[in-house]
Amino acid sequence: MKPTRTLWTALRLTLVLTVVLGIGYPLVVTAIGRVAFPAQAAGSLVRDDAGQVRGSALIGQSFLGSDGTPLPQYFQPRPSAAGYDAAASSGSNLGPEDAGLAAAVAQRRADVATFNAVREDQVPPDAVTASGSGLDPHISPQYAAIQVARVAAARGMTEDAVRALVAAHTQGRTLGFLGEPRVNVVTLNLALDG
Amino acid sequence: MTATVWAAIGQFGILLVLLAAVHLPLGAYMARVYSSPHHTRVERAWYRTLRVDPDAEQRWSTYLLSLLGFSLASVLLLYALGRLQAHLPWNLGFSGLDPATAWNTAVSFTTNTNWQSYSGEAAAGHLLQMAGLTVQNFVSAAVGMAVAIALVRGLARSGTDARIGNFWSDLTRGALRILLPIAVVGALVLAANGVIQSLDPHTAITTITGETQQALGGPVASQEVIKVLGTNGGGFFNANSAHPFENPNALTNLVEIFLILLIPSALPRTFGLMVGDRRQGWAILGVMTGLWTVATGLLTWAELAGPGLAPSLAGAAMEGKEARFGLAGTALFGAATTGTSTGAVDSMHDSLTAPGGGVAMFTMMLGEVAPGGVGSGLYGMLVLAVLTVFIAGLMVGRTPEYAGKKIGRGEITLVALYVLTVPAAVLLGSAISVVTGPGLAGIQEAGPHGLSEVLYAFTSASNNNGSAFAGLAAGTPYFNTMTGLAMLVGRFVPIALVLALAGRLASQNTVPASAGTLPTHRPLFVGLVGAVTLVVVGLTFIPVLSLGPVVESLS
Amino acid sequence: MNRTALALPTSPAPAGHPGDGTPPHTPRVRAGRALSWAQVRAALPGAVRKLDPRVLRHQPVTFVVEIGAVFTTVLSIVDPSVFAWWVTVWLWFTVLFAALAESIAEARGKAQASTLRATQRQTTARKVVAGQDTLDFGSRLDLLETTVVPSASLRVGDVVVVEAGETIPGDGDVIEGVASVDESAVTGESAPVIRESGGDRSAVTGGTVVLSDRIVVRITAAAGATFVDRMIALVEGSERQRTPNEIALGVLLTSLTIVFLLAVATLQPFAVYSGQKQSVLVLVALLVCLIPTTIGALLSAIGIAGMDRLVQRNVLAMSGRAVEAAGDVDVLLLDKTGTITYGNRRAARLEPVGEVTRTELAVAARLSSLADTTPEGRSIVDLAEHSIGAGAALPVDAVLVPFSAHTRMSGVDLDLDGEPFRLRKGAGSAVRGWVRSTGARLPEDVEAHLAELVEDVSRSGGTPLVVAEQLGEAPARVLGVVHLKDVVKEGMRERFDELRAMGIRTVMVTGDNRLTAQAIAAEAGVDDFLAEATPEDKLAYIRREQSGGRLVAMAGDGTNDAPALAQSDVGVAMNTGTSAAKEAGNMVDLDSDPTKLIEIVQIGKQLLITRGALTTFSVANDVAKYFAILPAMFVGLFPQLGVLNVMHLSSPQSAILSAVIFNALIIIALIPLSLRGVRYRPAAADVLLRRNLLIYGVGGLIAPFLGIKLIDLLVSLIPGV
Repeated sequence: MKPTRTLWTALRLTLVLTVVLGIGYPLVVTAIGRVAFPAQAAGSLVRDDAGQVRGSALIGQSFLGSDGTPLPQYFQPRPSAAGYDAAASSGSNLGPEDAGLAAAVAQRRADVATFNAVREDQVPPDAVTASGSGLDPHISPQYAAIQVARVAAARGMTEDAVRALVAAHTQGRTLGFLGEPRVNVVTLNLALDG
Repeated sequence: MTATVWAAIGQFGILLVLLAAVHLPLGAYMARVYSSPHHTRVERAWYRTLRVDPDAEQRWSTYLLSLLGFSLASVLLLYALGRLQAHLPWNLGFSGLDPATAWNTAVSFTTNTNWQSYSGEAAAGHLLQMAGLTVQNFVSAAVGMAVAIALVRGLARSGTDARIGNFWSDLTRGALRILLPIAVVGALVLAANGVIQSLDPHTAITTITGETQQALGGPVASQEVIKVLGTNGGGFFNANSAHPFENPNALTNLVEIFLILLIPSALPRTFGLMVGDRRQGWAILGVMTGLWTVATGLLTWAELAGPGLAPSLAGAAMEGKEARFGLAGTALFGAATTGTSTGAVDSMHDSLTAPGGGVAMFTMMLGEVAPGGVGSGLYGMLVLAVLTVFIAGLMVGRTPEYAGKKIGRGEITLVALYVLTVPAAVLLGSAISVVTGPGLAGIQEAGPHGLSEVLYAFTSASNNNGSAFAGLAAGTPYFNTMTGLAMLVGRFVPIALVLALAGRLASQNTVPASAGTLPTHRPLFVGLVGAVTLVVVGLTFIPVLSLGPVVESLS
Repeated sequence: MNRTALALPTSPAPAGHPGDGTPPHTPRVRAGRALSWAQVRAALPGAVRKLDPRVLRHQPVTFVVEIGAVFTTVLSIVDPSVFAWWVTVWLWFTVLFAALAESIAEARGKAQASTLRATQRQTTARKVVAGQDTLDFGSRLDLLETTVVPSASLRVGDVVVVEAGETIPGDGDVIEGVASVDESAVTGESAPVIRESGGDRSAVTGGTVVLSDRIVVRITAAAGATFVDRMIALVEGSERQRTPNEIALGVLLTSLTIVFLLAVATLQPFAVYSGQKQSVLVLVALLVCLIPTTIGALLSAIGIAGMDRLVQRNVLAMSGRAVEAAGDVDVLLLDKTGTITYGNRRAARLEPVGEVTRTELAVAARLSSLADTTPEGRSIVDLAEHSIGAGAALPVDAVLVPFSAHTRMSGVDLDLDGEPFRLRKGAGSAVRGWVRSTGARLPEDVEAHLAELVEDVSRSGGTPLVVAEQLGEAPARVLGVVHLKDVVKEGMRERFDELRAMGIRTVMVTGDNRLTAQAIAAEAGVDDFLAEATPEDKLAYIRREQSGGRLVAMAGDGTNDAPALAQSDVGVAMNTGTSAAKEAGNMVDLDSDPTKLIEIVQIGKQLLITRGALTTFSVANDVAKYFAILPAMFVGLFPQLGVLNVMHLSSPQSAILSAVIFNALIIIALIPLSLRGVRYRPAAADVLLRRNLLIYGVGGLIAPFLGIKLIDLLVSLIPGV
């Protein structure tokens, strides 16, 4: 087979494959997904009581005031290198020995402790580290626990009521051994508002 | 912490059980796919359209030429799609990629590397993702499998005039009969668990606090599944499998790990069946499993222990990791992605602990053979087995033989070049980058970690992995060009050598084994292949590793 | 009376020791010779000559060391320091030691070659002095004037006289006389053949033995002188060509060298980035320590020594390739006669015929054989005395009737109370002919019984020897049949078991019929046999095995073996064989011992094992060298790397120097091993691998840790290092 003929064959094959695998296959999967799992396929959107879309259960949001300070009436998510901008997922990519990261961690620990009026050693790791995606919707149950009193105070709710809501939005390990126990901040905060 | 350790062991155990259960039927199925003389009706029409004779046995050189022609066509088409994005439908309003990024991306996806110097959600529209990247996710994987199968045929055949199969048929069957059916099922499983699958554009929504956030759309599940199944690793979004829409929960995390390891761990079975000696397949699988288990163990230990300045301040190495996967799930994913040529990440590897990052890097340096990329893992491991046979075979006093083929001057020359190519690309690329201006400009952190970033980049690119210590600003023309070259060299030079080896082996007569033949299926040999792999790679990279991850780890 | 002339018709000289005037070889040196200082001194000038870059270029690994040494020499001159000079000197030593290894091996080869030349002259021939054109063939043979010359000096056209008991010195034609010739050493057939002048039975083969009578032979092919010359050149190493495996290993070593070159060359940019530029001297030292200098230095010495070991066992190989191929052999074709069996048949049973009693037959058989000193004759006496006990000695007046090619019988004439008593034994037809000539008529049932016995013996692979007697002038009568049979050599079964463990199948080749072959094959424990083998059969068998991918070795000596020898992968020609056979094979065994094949196979394997073991050792050494050198290079920059200094070497400089010195000394230390070859005991492949891995792999990991530490203790005493 001559090289030029090979290249033409290759181009034809690439085009045919593009039609089958690049157009046909995604469309078929999309069609099935739309019928079989419409909510998930569309992004697990969450709505408020008014039926208005307020985010995705899978995508974290920031709960900051207009001045950039954390709002006490909301459970605070993990720090984010992306500022919870869903169109710019990203981690900090800072190495374990990075001085800037170390300083940031120390600062966050102090801030979180102050904000929630707890001791620094009560602040769990996820509260002081940015996630990989910058869109992590979850926090650890420990981080949720140290926020309960503050949120309850800010909202004038009993701590038990808040704690009950936290429990309702806490997931354990899948099948008992996959992943870590976690609290979904987005759905929890939406529930607090609702 | 003990609960986490048990969870880590549990997920590792269930993964092995699942893979063990599936690899027998899948390996047998793949052997049938590549051995069957029959074409389906669809395929016959397909070949008529392409005007190729799928039954024409090709010599290794023709096979290689077809492969290179196909890859060139892929690069051209993908480059065009990237550059012309602004003028094509479903572009979400994104402009075309700049030439360096388009070249890097085209090379990256064609070589099964899927190194990304662009951000998916900020640069690639749905058409580019589907018709460009998803397609290459399929076919670059099918190319790797075809090469592996060609090498297996070389070992299995006897005196065939260097004929090792038909590339067009192997590619078609790999993509349509193996990858596509699994992909459809896998995509639906992922979609059911929250991976999005739509053709909607990104739309603005109002968040709980009244801010504006983009609600993302896209055919993610259909691309996500082949991203892992084909050990590609190029994420739909910038954060890759750390992104909640690519990898929404711990279950999908395990599914993705399973899919990453699925074909690489089943191919040894295919190999064993095709050479008519299943024990050879077991032995290869044994080496892969052994090396990968050690890597997983070390990586998991490193991340759970969390040594280092920032992790100890934070209380755990959670920087760059997702709460839903936890340390153990992240470490398992990291070992799977670097042990194969996947490069998908569910955490930011740059923020791994120093020993953890070192293990991830070293696992790639092994040549991604534990268990390796689809196809590339098997052919890489077979080359290492041939190398081991050569040294060990001499020690039993015979001209070394593997699967009944004599390993003489021609064979060992090809093997030696194979073993030489990727380390050369890694070392030269890294060395140039740490002493030149454009290279140094990309380094995020000074000191040993900066060296690790560069070394990781070239290790990943040359081994066609695609993961990164992403602190490195690799989106520059310099790094786009250099890593692009590393990917090309790291992909096609080894493939050419492997096909040449396949041709030589296929034209040899098979020598029957005797008591004097070195048995290549016993535990001793399995251990020896592992040891040779570790020693050869270790000796090559220890100097540079000692200035990067080793120094960091000893801080 | 000529006692030797009484030899039975079926008695060839013992195989392996044909009476060719050459004393049987006692193996000169069995084990590898120890390396003496004298040898080292003698090899030193040759080693220095090898330092010439044009020569060294062919050994890439050592060549790289030499370039490195040149570099450091320049650096030491430009920027002198005690450390720099010590490193430089030891780098030069490394190069020198590598050259020395090869030089010593070559010197030993040369010594071997001169011994070889002497061996060749020991075979002699009785050459007719007169020019052949003046020869009067009608004249009496014993009047021809002859002179004794080395057979190697014979040229085409020379005429030689060969008498009973002598070896025919070369291929030729009988131009006068008739003789029975034992060609078993050539053809494997134990029955003697008649060779006479004129006709198509005139060709005689060098190395065959005249059993009776006396012939004049014109030489038609020079005895393998040119062949031996070629061999000597090979042994001396002057015509040494690298063997396929050696080349393949060379490729691997070269690529390892390139890998380490890359690793070390790129280390400088990384070091610069990290903030501590390294001196070129240290980088060169690291490079030399990492590249596989040990095996690179010893590789050619191992090859030369392998050839040398073969020669020590009196085997000449045409090429190193053949020696290597011997290690790969899958199938061994061995001739039955003289190899698996003693080649001399022995009396196994006495079968009286008709009314004759066993005792009568025993007495007669014993008497007829008392004067026969051949193993076969003895065996008849032994067997007879076993049944009737020792009897009287032969009366002094007994007249021995020698075997001759004409009568094909031998016997004895006695005087029994004044009446002549004649005993004869021989081939069935000859003896029956003699019996009839005395006017006897055998009864029909006796005739039938005799025929049946003869056939039975023949069918079972034995040789029937008919015994008859004649008292006075009465008709002679047949007494019975002596059953002569092949006896399998002791210990053969064990050797074949050993071969089987090594993965080698043994095939017995014989001219016997199937049944006999089967019986002997079972007794000897071979894996297969080829019965009633014609040269074509042998060739076909070898081709069939080879088409299945197997390597075949065979020993042969006859002209009719030549095609099979040429076809086989390892063809060992017997020195007593024809020159055609020697040309066709790729090895010659001076001892003409076909079982030597087994040793040849072992030497081939040992050669490969030595290379593999030293390669493994060499590469394994690198681990320790990294632990010595890397912390030394960077501990100033990164103090935490001091943890890797597991040997607690006294200082960075001493660590580097110690590694360099160890690297050089290990070459010297391993020269004896490379010359001797690693120990080889036949075993299955995985057993061998496990043992060699343990010794050379694990040993190679540990040894340098100890060695470098010890050297460091000494080096740290050097002021300025």
